[in-house]
Amino acid sequence: MSRYRPADEKQLIEVVATAVANEEPLEIVAGGSKRTLGRPPQLPHTLDIAAFAGIRQYEPEELVLTVGAATPLSEIESALAAKRQMLAFEPADWRMLLGSAAANPTLGGVVACNLSGPRRIRQGAARDHVLGLAAVSGRGESFKAGGRVVKNVTGYDLCKLLAGSYGTLAVMTEISVKVLPAPEATRTVALAGLDDARAVAAMTHGLNAPHELSGAAHLPNADGRARTILRVEGPVPSVEARSQALRDELKPFGVAEILDDAESEKLWKGVRDAAPLVADERAIWRVSLAPTASTAFLGAVRAALDVDYFLDWGGGLVWLAVHGADDGGAAPIRAALGGQGHATLICASAALRAAVPVFEPLPPALAALSARIKDGFDPKRVLNRGRLYPEL
Amino acid sequence: MLMPQPDAAVIARRSAIADDLRRLCAAPDAIIESEAERRAYESDGLTAYRARPLLVVLPSTAAEVSRVLAYCHKSGLKVVPRGAGTSLSGGALPLEDGIILGLGKFNRILEIDYDNRCAVVQPGVTNLGITTAVQHAGFYYAPDPSSQIACSIGGNVAENSGGVHCLKYGLTTNNILGVEMVLIDGTVLRLGGKHLDSGGYDLLGVMVGSEGLLGVVTEVTVRLLRKPSTARALLIGFPSNESAGACVAAIIGAGVIPGGMEMMDKPAIHAVEDFVHAGYPLDVEALLIVELDGPPAEVDHLIGRVEDIAKRCGSVSVRISNSDEERLSFWAGRKAAFPAVGRISPDYYCVDPTIPRAKLPDILKYMAELSRKYGLRVANVFHAGDGNLHPLILYDANQPGELERTEQFGADIMRYSVEIGGCLTGEHGVGVEKRDLMGSMFTEADLQQQQRLKCAFDPNGLLNPGKVFPRLHRCAELGRLHVHHGQARFPDLPRF
Repeated sequence: MSRYRPADEKQLIEVVATAVANEEPLEIVAGGSKRTLGRPPQLPHTLDIAAFAGIRQYEPEELVLTVGAATPLSEIESALAAKRQMLAFEPADWRMLLGSAAANPTLGGVVACNLSGPRRIRQGAARDHVLGLAAVSGRGESFKAGGRVVKNVTGYDLCKLLAGSYGTLAVMTEISVKVLPAPEATRTVALAGLDDARAVAAMTHGLNAPHELSGAAHLPNADGRARTILRVEGPVPSVEARSQALRDELKPFGVAEILDDAESEKLWKGVRDAAPLVADERAIWRVSLAPTASTAFLGAVRAALDVDYFLDWGGGLVWLAVHGADDGGAAPIRAALGGQGHATLICASAALRAAVPVFEPLPPALAALSARIKDGFDPKRVLNRGRLYPEL
Repeated sequence: MLMPQPDAAVIARRSAIADDLRRLCAAPDAIIESEAERRAYESDGLTAYRARPLLVVLPSTAAEVSRVLAYCHKSGLKVVPRGAGTSLSGGALPLEDGIILGLGKFNRILEIDYDNRCAVVQPGVTNLGITTAVQHAGFYYAPDPSSQIACSIGGNVAENSGGVHCLKYGLTTNNILGVEMVLIDGTVLRLGGKHLDSGGYDLLGVMVGSEGLLGVVTEVTVRLLRKPSTARALLIGFPSNESAGACVAAIIGAGVIPGGMEMMDKPAIHAVEDFVHAGYPLDVEALLIVELDGPPAEVDHLIGRVEDIAKRCGSVSVRISNSDEERLSFWAGRKAAFPAVGRISPDYYCVDPTIPRAKLPDILKYMAELSRKYGLRVANVFHAGDGNLHPLILYDANQPGELERTEQFGADIMRYSVEIGGCLTGEHGVGVEKRDLMGSMFTEADLQQQQRLKCAFDPNGLLNPGKVFPRLHRCAELGRLHVHHGQARFPDLPRF
């Protein structure tokens, strides 16, 4: 049981090569905030990539930032804020959710798990913002992919493959991301008292109107009442006009209030970080599905399980906290989904995460293809073995 | 350009193979065997390269695609997938000992789902056909390559096509939710759907832009966007390329992301003005079109802000559109740039590297040097918002050696783009055109890792061989692991 802390790429390659030679897998960690996310791999050695940190190049006018993969998000976000820019995919902070309050999330971790917040529906996922990266494969070879420009179709898009691969293909050492101007102002149009079906209808109505929403969520129990919230961002005259037009347009769903910047920020941070479900000893799921399918999905799940929940992404993302089911609700949740989306067990005991598939089970042909891809990057399965699927 | 040596034994079996394939496809006209008809497929949008395919196969269903590919896999027959054949990089260049698998019969829109803001279409539907089908309801499909009237969505997926709105709305990869695809062994897979993101590896992200080397797409789910309620444009003249470039940086630095931002240099301005009489100023060195789209309150606000920035950057003329006709007149010249250049030269050649925007003046100076060196004129149109260049090199294919000089000119531009922090291609793809330049951007190790991904999909290298990679390695060779057999070989490693 060793903890390796390579100081540079050469040492990193040596660590991986040693792991390959001895066939002893490594658990990759940087900030350590998401170690309970995914299947519990219980690997013999830890590969701490903390040394691969720091802002390497930031050109605000090019909208490009290059950092070491283990650079803390907090450091990145303050550098961006100084230039009034942001990571537009709104990376979530799940430390409260995952019980890792003292840890320090990094960009590498966010990219490895492809975690995106409410703005996903407008600006894309974490994976859509990765322009390029450098990495060391499970073969102990360094390679790079992509570049530092926003429009690049040169070669396969390995950045997309590595984003969301949970460290099972390669150890990222450096990442270039697209950044965007931060909005000058934010307004939230909030409706009260809608049931799930009406809330999804209201969000669809808002998203299909030309007001460029950057968030649409439904909180069925926000301080004792249901709230459906829709966010507009942009220059001040724009958000004023759009939030008022949106309120008028949503009149069939009730009288909406318009919330200012400060209230909006607090509310959307809560949605981003799944705050309504924090502080609970329950199984917590995150389910991505077609937005209009969420009402029927929730109906089926609630008929079978005792759950708390809320909706993001206009209904396309359902967060569930399941009470008292042996399998954490895996069977009824995946049955209700019927393969039309994916359900991930975000939060549960290690025993439960070992017992049920944490990630959406793949059809056999897709599982076989994924295994062949793993073979190409990490044939001895030394990187985060078993974190995503048992066979990867 | 060296393509794999055709296998004479395969060519000799043409009619037997055609008979086999006829049994796999129901339509009587699914297999094209006659020499005359095969000629129609001998090149794509990169017309400098031609080859007559062994056969052309036009299946009608995913089941037929699956049967045809399984047959090819079993018999070791090479396959070149083809959409509308508009590739500018030779992505659909045929092989004399391989079939063209044309997806032209897959031309139906299967479902339009406004409430989930998506449409399910077959790969042969044109890019513009999607927008045409949904615009009555106020929606559109965002990526808009210049060939959008002809190019197919399946081809867009293969090439990760762009357009003039990429900075704000992304490329194809950011606007696709799912595909149905067929692997070379005939396996049919579904990736994604109407939901966002993936449950396992992002294979959808890998498929987009894979240039027909990984699989054949038989259905596409695209994201639909609500059409912006307003669009207005500014037409800004500058006394130098430097001041125009500085203005682009200043606009973005001020936090404004225009829907489109296009630049033209003096030769391009004059070529298009002579052709379409768009009313462009002729006494400027560079022209910038900046289009703001979105809610009216936002567009009106930002128009004023961009105008202020332009003036601070030393613009010599600014026009602001007050109607849609006027806005479209600003674009008329830019959209006619290719035919306008075609009018003043027998032939032209266009490459599409992307550079960091700040390096624009550098590369324009370098191109002027190259123009003198090679004795060839060059006109520049430029997706300034995302840094994607489109130098048009003017040449005459009938003059001995001019095509070769033109290609060297293009290659020099692409190599320089990589040197200054850019990439070889922003939207046209590598294909055969840039294949041999891949080494200027990637190391051998980078390229080998990409080819290992290829091996997972197509272990025998039957899909679109000769494209993208300068050297083909056998998958067995790529898979070999060079293991160090000593333990404790690394005494200096810090352990905790």
